[in-house]
Amino acid sequence: MSRIGVFICHCGENISATVDCTKVCEATAKLKHVAYSTEYKYMCSDPGQSLVKEAIKKYNLTGVVVSACSPRMHEPTFRKACAEAGLNPFLCEMANLREHCSWVHEKNDSTTEKAIDIVRTLVEKVKHNEALQPIYVPVTKTALVIGGGIAGIQAALDIANCGHKVIMVEKSPSIGGHMSQLSETFPTLDCSQCILTPRMVEVYQHPNITLYTYAEVEGLEGFIGNFVAKIRKKAKSIDEKLCTGCGLCTTKCPQKKIPNEFEQNMGNRPAIYVPFPQAVPNKPVIDKEHCTYYIKGKCKVCEVVCPTKAIRFDQVDEILEVPVGAVVVSTGFDIKHADFFPEYGYGAYKNVIDGLQFERLASASGPTAGEILRPSDGKKPKNIVFVACAGSRDPAKGISYCSKICCMYTAKHAMLYKHKVHDGNAHVFYMDIRSAGKNYDEFVRRAIEEDHVNYIRGRVSTIYEKDDKLIVKGVDTLLGAQQVEIEADMVVLATAGIANSGAEELAQRLHISYDSHKFFAEAHPKLKPVETNTAGIFLAGACQNPKDIPDSVSQASGAAVKVAALFSQKELKRDPLIAKVNRMGPPMFSTCVGCFMCQSVCPYNAIEREDYKTRDGKIIKTVAKINEGLCQGCGTCVSLCRSKSIDLFGYTNKQVYTEVVALLNEYL
Amino acid sequence: MKLGIYPGCSLTGSARDYNESVFSLAKFFDIELVEIPDWNCCGATAAHNLNKELSLSLPARILALAEKNGLDEILVPCAACYSRLVVTQHELKSNPELKNKVSGIIEMDYKGTSKIINAIEWIDKYIIPNIENKVVKPYNKNVACYYGCLLVRPNKVLNYDRVENPLTMDVVMQKIGATPIDFAFKTECCGAGLSVSRTDIVSKLSGKIIEDAEHRGAQEIIVACPMCHSNLDMRRTDINKYWNKDYKIPVLFVTQAIGLAVGLLPEQLGLQRHFVEVKI
Repeated sequence: MSRIGVFICHCGENISATVDCTKVCEATAKLKHVAYSTEYKYMCSDPGQSLVKEAIKKYNLTGVVVSACSPRMHEPTFRKACAEAGLNPFLCEMANLREHCSWVHEKNDSTTEKAIDIVRTLVEKVKHNEALQPIYVPVTKTALVIGGGIAGIQAALDIANCGHKVIMVEKSPSIGGHMSQLSETFPTLDCSQCILTPRMVEVYQHPNITLYTYAEVEGLEGFIGNFVAKIRKKAKSIDEKLCTGCGLCTTKCPQKKIPNEFEQNMGNRPAIYVPFPQAVPNKPVIDKEHCTYYIKGKCKVCEVVCPTKAIRFDQVDEILEVPVGAVVVSTGFDIKHADFFPEYGYGAYKNVIDGLQFERLASASGPTAGEILRPSDGKKPKNIVFVACAGSRDPAKGISYCSKICCMYTAKHAMLYKHKVHDGNAHVFYMDIRSAGKNYDEFVRRAIEEDHVNYIRGRVSTIYEKDDKLIVKGVDTLLGAQQVEIEADMVVLATAGIANSGAEELAQRLHISYDSHKFFAEAHPKLKPVETNTAGIFLAGACQNPKDIPDSVSQASGAAVKVAALFSQKELKRDPLIAKVNRMGPPMFSTCVGCFMCQSVCPYNAIEREDYKTRDGKIIKTVAKINEGLCQGCGTCVSLCRSKSIDLFGYTNKQVYTEVVALLNEYL
Repeated sequence: MKLGIYPGCSLTGSARDYNESVFSLAKFFDIELVEIPDWNCCGATAAHNLNKELSLSLPARILALAEKNGLDEILVPCAACYSRLVVTQHELKSNPELKNKVSGIIEMDYKGTSKIINAIEWIDKYIIPNIENKVVKPYNKNVACYYGCLLVRPNKVLNYDRVENPLTMDVVMQKIGATPIDFAFKTECCGAGLSVSRTDIVSKLSGKIIEDAEHRGAQEIIVACPMCHSNLDMRRTDINKYWNKDYKIPVLFVTQAIGLAVGLLPEQLGLQRHFVEVKI
């Protein structure tokens, strides 16, 4: 006979302020088979847990109902406590009196009545709970890092340095990401390339890291510890083993007018190209879309000049299927470009550029070799205007969030400009200066006080071209909304940081969630900032939201530790709350009739076919079987099964039915 | 082809030239324009500054009269009237309670079914498709198409053209052979109703528009709003005095420009009424 213990938590005042906990305790104590009922202010605290443990022993309980918060947070806590007291953890259930009752109702009698109803249904359910044993699955100790920017590089190196294998997939021909495009970095003004390139080389040479550039993740199947990633290695049209990276082909390619993505379209590149001189790997790829041979069927100049005969026009994409145990997603971000701003000319004015373009202008390896020259005529701009918050914090433009990095990089841009053009004037239009971070505000003050950058608090309404000047019309809200008009030679828009193109599709392929702006969603905004809602997949860097370098690196190391912790286990313990197709002796074998409706709806491909055969191999019956490793216990198959042959452990048909009946009986 | 027309006060007064050009053009292209019988004031700026219900009831009565007379589509050449009518239709569509109330005030059944079009839409829809072979004097001029504030704003309500850099009038002018210039002041304020009370402000604002158009080599400014026209044309003496300049660039209604291109006479288009001389 069942002996159930009921433990009612006040959750400080979260529950007790609206629910009369004493009344709930008294009412539940009278229920059939309830051997013990008590209340406590914080049941999840150590003394609270002790209360549960002692009661299990003292009253020899066969089931426990903790009436507190949502099971999401504390079900593991209480199940662990039960196990410590010798009770099978799956004989412990939680009645959600907080989210389902006290938080959503006013304080009155019916709220308490509802709380009693919730507890009563769980008491009835727990009577039918079975003792279950956890499932153990092996762990593939190889991590997949998607995206080779600074976040991916940091995560890969940290994981590899723990002694685990890493596969890094980067979609462009080189790793390095946006950081490789930057000139100097705030708040120290040290050269971005100088601190980044050694790390890129480290990735390339690390014995534990396998690098696939010009490759994309096409799919991910499986579950934590046991994923299989499908990687498409796009054809580079070269034999990487033979290529020495001499670069002769890139100088001889007759196609020279292709917009250079790395230079933010401010320069050109050939069809066979290395994105930038410090690229890793420093070997070219052929851009098939622009290559004369692929378009017209003749040319092959690169093949002729290649001293090692490394060109392979017939190379095809390669599909790899690799087993991995964990995934770090570090696919980065993009920025809105000037054509997003009708009020600033729809991107039609050559001298209205975005922040990344300015980075390239200021970079020693950029198209102007570090000189600030405007794109239209190559003249040095004497008057430059920086517009912060171009798109960000502007709900009318559909971007309500702060892009976080623009205040700092705009201050940096203005400083770099002043350092390079001594007689120039720099103006910054801003909404607020958000410079929280170590030495950040000091950096902005330096721009204002030492470099005399003219900060104007207000927004820019319009920019238009007049002769070879740009007329910038704005407002100075600190001078009583006075209108400001500046004749500028060049304008730099600190455009909003946005999710990278293809982020939505990737999220769907990986089965991770994303927010309305297509940034990947963390599992908890405060306590699980690097985890996703999918176990075994972690986030690093600006694919979660716009971030600066220090934040990206910190998060990447956080994600790496999560992966290392996962890989430190011999095997993974999983809750056995999965589905099972019933079995019985011949001639039935199972009530399953083999319709396989369940197979068509299972989101995890967990349903297999099992044949029952005679001794001479003739198939008698084919029935469904659930792969314990793949099943996530969602229960979709249960609801679809026409012959009620599938049951979900922890939520059996009988348990759910009993709950419903318990609830209804009161009112029938 | 039969179409309703709501002239409003301007087209019977200060913008008679606009009215004449609209009717001449309609006649030339065999479009019958039926004036909404017993029409009233649209409320203009005054009504919506004073009383919201009044500002909706006045246009609602006009629209109800159009419905009653079976006019499914109404041409509203004045940009201000156009704005008031469209805003009313929009507000009453999203608020059935207010719609019933306004119906009570005007003592007429209002359904909100008539389609309201402005002059550029009208030209685009009914004239441009039939203009081929009719252009006898191609408009070989650089023109600055000036839209003003009310033709494209508020975008959420009108849902017409691009709000920052509209192009519909530019495209129409291209069709008759003109070269529209890239013009920075397309939707900047001309001073609007301050024309009467603060001529100095109108002189300042309209002066900037004219300066930019001339500076960029425009030979004419093309408009589709009586208010814009009167500020840029009628107030030219004040503008020139204010800026100490001698701006001579003429200002034409888009209907006048098209009329000239298809060979209508200047008098049929009311061009003799302009303050700034239009050289043909």
